[in-house]
Amino acid sequence: MSENNGAIKKMMIILSKGTLENVYAAFVLANGARMEGIDAEIFFTFFGLEAVHKKKLEHLHVATVGNPAMHMPTMLGGLPGMEALASSMMKKEMEKIDMPDVHEFLDIMTASGVKLWACKLAMDMFHYKKEDLYEGVDAVITVGDFYKQSQGEGVHMLFV
Amino acid sequence: MEKTIAGKNITVNEEGYLTDFSQWDEQVGEALAAEANIPLSARHWEIVKYLQNEHKNQVALSIRRIGKSGVTDIKEFYQLFPNAPLKTATKIAGIPKPASCI
Repeated sequence: MSENNGAIKKMMIILSKGTLENVYAAFVLANGARMEGIDAEIFFTFFGLEAVHKKKLEHLHVATVGNPAMHMPTMLGGLPGMEALASSMMKKEMEKIDMPDVHEFLDIMTASGVKLWACKLAMDMFHYKKEDLYEGVDAVITVGDFYKQSQGEGVHMLFV
Repeated sequence: MEKTIAGKNITVNEEGYLTDFSQWDEQVGEALAAEANIPLSARHWEIVKYLQNEHKNQVALSIRRIGKSGVTDIKEFYQLFPNAPLKTATKIAGIPKPASCI
């Protein structure tokens, strides 16, 4: 906490999940950092890649199974259509509080200077190509590249 | 707390935001901008006036709304007011800091 009184200069956020609530958490944190004058970068890996996959990013869902905070019996959560229902309800609530959808949120973040990185290993695993991704993704990089990006004082790293 | 800026006595909160908009004038805006190291251009003023108008109409300000304002876009907003643009621009405009997460 000695350097610059512990001021946060950059947030490095690793998004490994593709559920709506996790994607939004990462996006709000990255955008919120920029709003405070803090740099922010997101590394999309594993299912987190769905948040920048052109064909998938509009169709992310909240998890209704294995999510005790849904206050819904697990067996009900597993019924067909339940995830879609819960997701559309959540999206409606989000619109009410002026929360952008995933695509618009990506546009806001890139305009705000948030850097977006796709994980090479996960890209290879899912057989995704750079062209499959949202055009604002800066590059497909390795974990080593990501650590290099993270150098410097006042840099914090967060795993979602 | 009291503060003297541009030859005027103004009241600001602990973060430096004016607590009484009637104390604001363009000289105060210029001086607050100088404190933030931002020389105000005509574009800056358009945005400052837009923010004041939105505040007058009790619109909750957010980065998303700035993007949809038709006055500027998010990229330009960040270029004109580097480092925390919404916080800086509202301070210069003499209106409260928006309590927005987006």
